[in-house]
Amino acid sequence: MEYGLDLEYSFNEFLRGFGLSSEIAHIIWLPLPMLLVLVAAVVGVLVTVWLERKISAAAQQRIGPEYAGALGVLQPIADGLKLLVKEDIIPDKADGILFTAGPILVLVPVILSWLIVPFGQNLLISNVGIGIFLWIALSSIQPIGLLMSGYASNNKYSLLGGLRAAAQSISYEIPLALSVLAIVLMTNSLSTIDIVNQQSGAGILSWNIWRQPVGFIVFWICALAECERLPFDLPEAEEELVAGYQTEYAGMKFALFYLGSYINLILSALLVSILYLGGWGFPIPVELIAKFLNLPINAPFIQVFTASIGIVMTVLKAYLLVFIAILLRWTTPRVRIDQLLDLGWKFLLPISLANLLITAGLKLAFPQFFGG
Amino acid sequence: MSIAITTQFICFTILSLVVIIGALGVVLLESIVYSAFLLGGVFMSVAGLYLLLNASFVAAAQVLVYVGAVNVLIIFAIMLVNKKEDLKPINDIKSRRIISTSICLTLLSLLIRVDLTNVWSLSSPQNSIGEESTIRIGEHLFSDYLLPFEVASVLLLMAMIGAIVLARRDVMSKDISTGLPVDQELIEKSSEPLLTNKN
Repeated sequence: MEYGLDLEYSFNEFLRGFGLSSEIAHIIWLPLPMLLVLVAAVVGVLVTVWLERKISAAAQQRIGPEYAGALGVLQPIADGLKLLVKEDIIPDKADGILFTAGPILVLVPVILSWLIVPFGQNLLISNVGIGIFLWIALSSIQPIGLLMSGYASNNKYSLLGGLRAAAQSISYEIPLALSVLAIVLMTNSLSTIDIVNQQSGAGILSWNIWRQPVGFIVFWICALAECERLPFDLPEAEEELVAGYQTEYAGMKFALFYLGSYINLILSALLVSILYLGGWGFPIPVELIAKFLNLPINAPFIQVFTASIGIVMTVLKAYLLVFIAILLRWTTPRVRIDQLLDLGWKFLLPISLANLLITAGLKLAFPQFFGG
Repeated sequence: MSIAITTQFICFTILSLVVIIGALGVVLLESIVYSAFLLGGVFMSVAGLYLLLNASFVAAAQVLVYVGAVNVLIIFAIMLVNKKEDLKPINDIKSRRIISTSICLTLLSLLIRVDLTNVWSLSSPQNSIGEESTIRIGEHLFSDYLLPFEVASVLLLMAMIGAIVLARRDVMSKDISTGLPVDQELIEKSSEPLLTNKN
């Protein structure tokens, strides 16, 4: 399966043509994919904010943003600019250092996790061996930032919100990790590339969602809880806690929280599509189509074509899931904190444990279907 | 290779400085909240040191367990009992400080002696296995390190049962040490109404 575009190799070859050493070429290459992914994440956030406004408006029979650009597509940019130029206020009795460090600690791990999101065979920043485990580890840093900002605000609503966020995040990390573990068990690898390749055998039929339906639902619920999306948005429940840990924040620091939560939502959707919906795979395998049309799979224009189909498919699947998440947000009521913790500990944890056990049994009993 | 080695050296210097300064801060700072957050920073830098040693799985496990679980729980506990009270003055603080300093210095000299006598270099530079380490760790955990692994899980189970017994006081009706009946009331005291005392 070692075909596909290798942009890094071609770029390095290109630079070496100018007489640069391979080291210098590597250093020039390094920031490019990072910048690209950062831009992609921010543009993704703008699109998601617009979708959120439009879909919520449709759900409530309003029109939504209309005047900023066609169909209001420029509204998120206007929002962002507004947050950018607002006054940056640190409350008098707040702890200045922790108050500033909190939002940064929330945002940075989320952006770092984009390291492992593949858009194609070679289209990711780094194919690290620990792959999906890196994301689980990084997402466990976030509650520290939330606790930090909740404490530093010197406000009881903020503190309560921060504590709730940490409790929620700790509780839902365990079933999340267990359902990922079932996938890893079937793949024999932690790398996201291997996870997608293992699902690419027979197009839509070989996607993990058919083999891991329980894991898929558990993972999606936990991912929503980790993102603090509406059925589980207790940390910022506005009717109870004003705005939770965000209460005292304004301007750019608030924007960091805002950005962090939406980047996290897109990241979760991308990871669900990678783990369960075949990643960049087309519902019908591309090799099959190429064979049917009598085209060589290694021809350059076919490779560019498959790479762009891969990117489109990944983004399409992710945005389908984002759409479901937005629809859920505007149609479901919020759960209570005890219901939330009960659901996490007494329902999802046993179910994901049983799912792991059954997956292990099925893997041994039917090695050809569940990854030998 | 020189650029790679320079980068590694710079990273190592920064990480070790953060570890040392952070650890000093954890011990010396008066505010317990700052100490807890600095502890998280120290754990993160140790994970960074593991990364420099090509042990990415150990680094991620360090972040997940120490930063994501241990440190979050420490901060969580500190914030739940966020009491603003001064510590009681201790009478013989001076002699205590002298004793603890001398113990620490003895331990430090022992460690320095270990550092100077032991041969640290690996037998061959090809020994580092990098990305393969995840598989190797799994193999070891289920073969020659099986017993310590299982004993550690029993220890964690015991800690969990102990925590449940301590938290749910209706499990035992008598105090273990005194034999008196245990106060079964809720831990939370009824708080004063917020608005009555404001005038």
